Amino acid sequence: MDNVKQNISENAPKVKKETKNKIRVEFDRTSGWKRFKLKYLQTNFVVSVIWKIARFLLLLGISYVILMPFFTKISSSFMSAQDFGDVTVKLVPRYPTLDTYKSIIKDNGYFEALFNTTLLSLMAAILQTFVCALIGYGFAKFKFKGNKLLFVFVILTMVVPHKTLQFAMFMKFTYFDFLGIFNPFRIMEFIPTVNMTNTFLPLAILSATGLGFKNGLYIFMLRQYFKGVPDELEESAYLDGYGPFKTFFKIILPLSVPMLITVFLFSFSWQWTDNFYTTVFFPSVNTTLMPSIVKVPPSLDTSLANNMFTAAVSNAAAMLIITPLIIIYLFCQRYMVEGIERSGITG
Amino acid sequence: MSKTKAIKANNIPAPKKPKAAPETRKKSRASLDARKARSGWLFLLPFIIGLLIIYFPIIADSINFSFAEVTTQTGGGYKVEHVGFENYKYAVVEDMQYTTELVSGIKALLFDIPAIVIFSLFMAVLLNQKMLGRAAFRAIFFIPVILCTGMIDEIDSSNKLTEYMSDSSQSIDMGSGNDTVNAVVSMTDIQWMFDSMKVGTELTQYVVNIMNNIYDIINRSGVQMLIFLAGLQSISPSIYESCSIDGASGWEAFWKITIPMVSPMILVNAIYTVIDALTSATNPVMSYISGVYSGSGGGRELSSAMAWMYFLIVLGIIGLVAAILSAFIFYQRRD
Repeated sequence: MDNVKQNISENAPKVKKETKNKIRVEFDRTSGWKRFKLKYLQTNFVVSVIWKIARFLLLLGISYVILMPFFTKISSSFMSAQDFGDVTVKLVPRYPTLDTYKSIIKDNGYFEALFNTTLLSLMAAILQTFVCALIGYGFAKFKFKGNKLLFVFVILTMVVPHKTLQFAMFMKFTYFDFLGIFNPFRIMEFIPTVNMTNTFLPLAILSATGLGFKNGLYIFMLRQYFKGVPDELEESAYLDGYGPFKTFFKIILPLSVPMLITVFLFSFSWQWTDNFYTTVFFPSVNTTLMPSIVKVPPSLDTSLANNMFTAAVSNAAAMLIITPLIIIYLFCQRYMVEGIERSGITG
Repeated sequence: MSKTKAIKANNIPAPKKPKAAPETRKKSRASLDARKARSGWLFLLPFIIGLLIIYFPIIADSINFSFAEVTTQTGGGYKVEHVGFENYKYAVVEDMQYTTELVSGIKALLFDIPAIVIFSLFMAVLLNQKMLGRAAFRAIFFIPVILCTGMIDEIDSSNKLTEYMSDSSQSIDMGSGNDTVNAVVSMTDIQWMFDSMKVGTELTQYVVNIMNNIYDIINRSGVQMLIFLAGLQSISPSIYESCSIDGASGWEAFWKITIPMVSPMILVNAIYTVIDALTSATNPVMSYISGVYSGSGGGRELSSAMAWMYFLIVLGIIGLVAAILSAFIFYQRRD
């Protein structure tokens, strides 16, 4: 470094004033090799390059671990039973076939399941996003007695696993009485109960009250997000004569679209792949939903098949289940990261 | 975006009927507070209704059922017969498998918390840096959050296929559980590294297990990564700038700035990890309990009892984790 300094002082640029607004600077340009040496042949630079390469490789490796199951799912779904008998066949099928997909779609009622699950997930996701936004906004912007206690209950709904409540939930919705709150000890036995299983109603009720799957997390996320919205925005709206609800719908909701898309994406896809609520609330086999297509279709020739082939069939079913989600994810993922980043979740 | 909206909000025409001016200032402030409180209640109304009509009765019923025997009646309705602690006694004393599952499940949970939290923090820090293909990496890393849940997770957890597909002599774990033959890293590979450190084989085994279950850990740390990423974004860059002007290296900046600033998120994530493990379908204790649930002969009440016991133990763990971690949390003053 000393050498450099000396170099600079020796070849210090000479400034000459030419005219009023123009100056000319005369200096000896440092040679290209010297500049290269100073810039690139340094420990700092070498270390940073090594770090960058290592980081890239690490991320690449982990991406491989994440994506590999999908590749194997895709490739195995095109493999026929003979391919699984052949040990030399890996990843690239020798006798590619569409039979697995065809039979799953036909025998297991894929399109019916797709339709029903789309309806169910859309309903749950729209309700949950909207209701959780309402609740989160209420927690974020209004101070009143008891809101801390209520938030403790939100945490409680998050912490108590729904599997613990599985049986009670099933019983509640099988023998649903609208006056459940007034009639906790079932004194008024004459009021008929309604059996809600095998309909969308239980999930609709849970979603509409912010009690659905992981709704506590959504309420938490949205509360943190709304806390970051400046209060001045609402104050100016109030001054212009808006009430709290009009402010919420006309001003707050439009500007929190990325976060709402994030929550929608979460609740839609988690409802889509859910097999807990669907088994609890849809005990009969009449309503075909996504979980029921994961089985070996009867029309598939399994005489040649081994364990691997049945595994491949369930993987092909999984592939069919997640294909719509992949398409949605491709469109929504940039909103997801954006929404989460802007939420500024802190403690 | 928020700017344009703010302008829009200001452009809204004034309301037709201005309200009568309040008489005194004090009174108007009180009434505004009251009105705000009222609208707060209104916003929370769906949740309160759900809590009162659905959630509390369900919790009460669930506790009630765990102490009882429930028989469905043919005419509709059901009968609850209290049997005291029978279900709990059966679960602890007679069901050997439940207790072993419980102990191993809790042990695994305790070991998973640090692994997942550290991994997700590390990955969030990496994904937060500027680099080539950051958007693509982020998109890939959050795939498991969206796609590998519920059923897909269940299919993957018993999946021998990926192992079969890749070259079986040296495959990476793909979520098919512990397979000592095909493990990437074996004890002997890593032993020499720890031998000089004199830390004992338990820690070595722990590290080896983490490496071999990397797929599982990646799968389960998606939301945690997102939470950490959000936390990292909220750290003001000027702090790092002033730090580097004072001559701190990146390593020092990580320990002196990043860690304290994200420490609240570490607590959140530790608790979230416990909750997530508790509710995930692949949790062995939970799947055992679901097995009991679908089994015949009073299994449903028994499963309620088992689940409550498990939940109480896990609640204790959450309390313990929170108590330990909250000693190290640094809260930024935000006024």
